[in-house]
Amino acid sequence: MSKKKLSPLGARQLKKSPTGITGLDEITFGGLPRERPTLVCGGPGSGKTLLGIEFIVNGVLKFDEPGVILAFEEKGDELGVNVASLGFDLDKLQAEKKIKIDYVHVDKTEIEETGEYDLSGLFVRLDHAINSIKAKRVLLDTIENLFAGLTNEGIIRSEIRRLFQWLKDRGVTTIITGERGTMSLTRQGLEEYVSDCVILLDHRVQNQVSTRLLRVVKYRGTVHGTNEYPFLIDREGISVLPITSLELSYKVSSEKISSGIPTLDEMLGEGNGFFRGSSILVSGTAGTGKTSVAASFANAACSRRERVLYFAFEESPQQIIRNMASIGMDLQKHIDKKFLRFHSARPTIHGLEMHLVDIHKKIEEFKPNVIIIDPVTNLATIGSMSEVKSMLIRLIDYLANIQVSVMFTALASNSVLEQADEGVSSLVDTWITVRDLESNGERNRGLYIMKARGMKHSNQVREFIITDEGIGLVEVYLGPNGVLIGSARETQKLEEAAGVEIKSFAGNQRDREIQRKKTVLEAKIASLQEEFESLKDELNRADQEDALRKKFFDANRRELTKKRYLNDNRPKRKQ
Amino acid sequence: MTIGLNENSKMAKWELRLYIAGNTPKSATALRNLKKYCEEHLKGIYDIEVIDLLKNPQLAEGDQILAIPTLVKKVPEPVRKIIGDLSNEEKVLVGLDIRAARSGKN
Repeated sequence: MSKKKLSPLGARQLKKSPTGITGLDEITFGGLPRERPTLVCGGPGSGKTLLGIEFIVNGVLKFDEPGVILAFEEKGDELGVNVASLGFDLDKLQAEKKIKIDYVHVDKTEIEETGEYDLSGLFVRLDHAINSIKAKRVLLDTIENLFAGLTNEGIIRSEIRRLFQWLKDRGVTTIITGERGTMSLTRQGLEEYVSDCVILLDHRVQNQVSTRLLRVVKYRGTVHGTNEYPFLIDREGISVLPITSLELSYKVSSEKISSGIPTLDEMLGEGNGFFRGSSILVSGTAGTGKTSVAASFANAACSRRERVLYFAFEESPQQIIRNMASIGMDLQKHIDKKFLRFHSARPTIHGLEMHLVDIHKKIEEFKPNVIIIDPVTNLATIGSMSEVKSMLIRLIDYLANIQVSVMFTALASNSVLEQADEGVSSLVDTWITVRDLESNGERNRGLYIMKARGMKHSNQVREFIITDEGIGLVEVYLGPNGVLIGSARETQKLEEAAGVEIKSFAGNQRDREIQRKKTVLEAKIASLQEEFESLKDELNRADQEDALRKKFFDANRRELTKKRYLNDNRPKRKQ
Repeated sequence: MTIGLNENSKMAKWELRLYIAGNTPKSATALRNLKKYCEEHLKGIYDIEVIDLLKNPQLAEGDQILAIPTLVKKVPEPVRKIIGDLSNEEKVLVGLDIRAARSGKN
């Protein structure tokens, strides 16, 4: 059959019929092989019939391909009732001639076999049904019942083989359901007749929680996902979750959004908070305030008029609202304005996969900007850590694709779940740990940023405090004895304050002394000045006396000289 | 004749339907066999209707026909079906509740 792969152009490539079932078309890259039979096998209650019916109903509703259901197991009306709970109105579709249900009843007690026969009657009926509504799709559910109703196995086998070939020639896409056998895929080995596509459904119970799994066992002539994919059946039918369709090629945003704690934003570098669309893990031991961190993130987002979806796996919404009100956060007003929506459920309510789909659905419904899962570790109660991890990979991937920021909280105990941290932590972009710091007979909270991709984040430990006004981070004191927190920090603070007081007191005293000294010296200077002035005065007085004396002396001398001259005018007389 | 058969004969004719799909050798054999048994055991009180599903496919559903050929005994009750070319006389007679009647006579 490799010729199919080697065929040069699309004309020869395998055509596919989309099933319209969420996820299944992704796994099979487009659907089931068109105009060929596909075997769907699985144990009782694994969802074979439902898958088949969804294929037919979707064919009608989404792809305009009418379908025939040939039911060997349930009566037509029973079938209708059974799928009515999923919102499929088979009666209406039958009335509209979009679907034809033919119930094939085979009762061994009514039938006597003698001699040669064939199953042309079945062919005629099928042919008639197909013709009457121009069907493109056929469901045979479950053809193996023929083996129970008729004894001649040889005839049945050859007729089934003929039937499948006939269906191919007829150009209808067919689903055949088959009960799972012990040694082979189906009890009657139908897989040997259907060689194009085989899908196996499984139903496993682990820790009392059941998980449905789907695997494409073979799909000739095309690539397909080969893993086991969890799927679930809910009100809207089957959803398959392709786990590993991860391509890691989503767009990233460099927009930052606040964590709601300004000091935490600062620690994250540039003071702006987390990247939009990133995933944040807040881990910590019990009672370290993880929920408070998550709630303030939610609060901040709601205050920016963004939508937040809060999945609470531990507390009821009322409890969270009450508790957050006690630290000054009013979440109720965001709920009233429809910015915040809570979803509370015990994790054990259903399996992990169901949770994942539930989360998906709620997200698609509410279209939030931020989601919070509190705490993610509670999911570990219903699955092994690797399962939780694989679920989270898918969730984070999905959220990153649609640019929704997510904050997980994780409870870490010192023993087992520390590993949980590591399991999850490699997936997330930012990891914040809140840890107990025990010293001096008290317990305090310390907050670290373990990693923050793409951000220049602080390497500091901050003390994380919860007060009536909310939560905040305080820089821890680095004393001679190491990091000081809690009351030790307070003590240190007080001590330092006291030190300042003492210092200032001492300073005052000195100042006063200086003032006094100054006054004394100034007094001294003044008296010296006085002294100087008086000395100066004294000296000046002497000078003046001298000057006066000189003046008088000069005057006297002039007087004398004059007088002597006058005497000389009377010569000889004087001599 | 037996008591049972007398009663039956009083009640009504045996209504037998033979479903075939086209004129195949198996169908022909079945019809031939059926006529032979009826002539032998139910002379005058039987009615055979041959339905060709290739001509009337919608009739297959009503009688839940799968195998070809199928003989359906509508009357007398209960409804019985015999599939195959009716080559085994014993089985056919038991299937049509004629066998019991005969054994009653013997």
